[in-house]
Amino acid sequence: MIKRKIIIINPKDNVATALVDLKAGEVLQEEIDGVKKEIKLNQDIPFGHKFSTKEIPAGSPVIKYGETIGTASMAIKIGDYVHIHNVKSNRGRGDIKGGVL
Amino acid sequence: MSFLGFPRPDGQVGIRNHIGIISTVICANDVSLKIAQQIEGSVAFLHDQGCCQTPIDLNQVTKTLVNLGRNPNLAGVLLVSLGCESVLLEEIREKIAVSGKPVKTLGIQKIGGMLLAIAEGCRITQEMVIEASVIRRETFDDSYLSIGVKCGASDTTSGLISNPAAGAAFDLICDHGGTCVFGETTEFLGAEHILMRRAANPRIAEKIQKIVTRMEKRAEMMGVDMRGGQPTTGNIKGGLTTIEEKSLGAIVKGGTRPIKDVYEYGDQITEKGLFVMDSPGREPEFLTGIAATGVQLIIFSTGIGAPQGFPFVPVLKISGNPQTQRCLAGHIDKVIELPEKGTDSLAKAGQDLFEEIKAIASGKKTKAEVLGYGQFSNIFTVGPVI
Repeated sequence: MIKRKIIIINPKDNVATALVDLKAGEVLQEEIDGVKKEIKLNQDIPFGHKFSTKEIPAGSPVIKYGETIGTASMAIKIGDYVHIHNVKSNRGRGDIKGGVL
Repeated sequence: MSFLGFPRPDGQVGIRNHIGIISTVICANDVSLKIAQQIEGSVAFLHDQGCCQTPIDLNQVTKTLVNLGRNPNLAGVLLVSLGCESVLLEEIREKIAVSGKPVKTLGIQKIGGMLLAIAEGCRITQEMVIEASVIRRETFDDSYLSIGVKCGASDTTSGLISNPAAGAAFDLICDHGGTCVFGETTEFLGAEHILMRRAANPRIAEKIQKIVTRMEKRAEMMGVDMRGGQPTTGNIKGGLTTIEEKSLGAIVKGGTRPIKDVYEYGDQITEKGLFVMDSPGREPEFLTGIAATGVQLIIFSTGIGAPQGFPFVPVLKISGNPQTQRCLAGHIDKVIELPEKGTDSLAKAGQDLFEEIKAIASGKKTKAEVLGYGQFSNIFTVGPVI
């Protein structure tokens, strides 16, 4: 069984993954950029889903595994739920790269 | 360090000893299925292809059928043909027979229809099963292992837990001199730079770039955002936001050893080491393609819970999602647990998985094999049906 509540895979990441269902208002203590910080969740975060551990301005990369997983489509605050509503993919985008249809 | 396998005339080693009833064309599936249902020790490979396709696809279908027939888990092959299909029965028979295993053919139109074809097919297969039943398992060292990997119905636990465990097992198999194959090119998008760094030389790195560009172009040609198709609706529900995120979690299942070459879909792989097969991510097409490379077993890492196996290559299901482990206990062969500290301490899980692979290679059955889940496969094609 997974006992940890969240996981930050790489120190460069600006998102964390929930290892249990987390509730809005819950406060998590994590070391971010070498400093112990408290993160208050702004929404419910289901098991396996992500929330931000750093401020992510609109248009900035969202980072997990130390790599870019997409671009913030709006400003993301610390503790925000991070998913398809506020992150767009940069790949496989026929809709913006001149598809033929 | 060894396992018990079936020696084959071409030097390969099988971990199962089936007679394969292989349809050359979709129109032969009904007959193939009936024969396999009747004759214990035989399995059917069914697919939707083999006729009314462009030459590129017909060549791909022919090559894939040949290499499936050569898979060492098959002791012998019965090819079931309708008779008027585009792929050539005799060409497929000859090329499989190069492996030295018995290959028989059956034509539905020639013999006089379904009932006579089923009767004759059962008679031939019965003899082949008895002939194969005298082949005994022998001890082979681990360098004879040839293993594939796939992830399916992924969620975030796939990238965090089960894929790294599969990768750790892959590293061990490579280090023991075996063969490992991974693919799912769509799930390289956004992670190809990492794979290219692992290429054995610049030429291989270029090949990786080429297959990723080709796969992305196919998606872009449709003029839509790929999201929903990849990542799938289920992936998104499981917490995966973009194809880049899915890819970064997916590629770790291939371990960390150098990538020695990139093969086309349906190619046979006879070298030792770690290889990439260009392939789509969908199960029926992917499992067929990787079976055609000659792997004896496929590790299948799942988050939400993909149940299917493959007719003659055991599919070992692993999951790191506690809910899936509970709800789909009848489908998950091995539970992988996230260690209390760190993500790179999945080495123990990799070692356990390596042992399980050898147990299954030596005869232990997978849950999908016992359930008979995995009767329906397909072959990946790129052109239209015409």
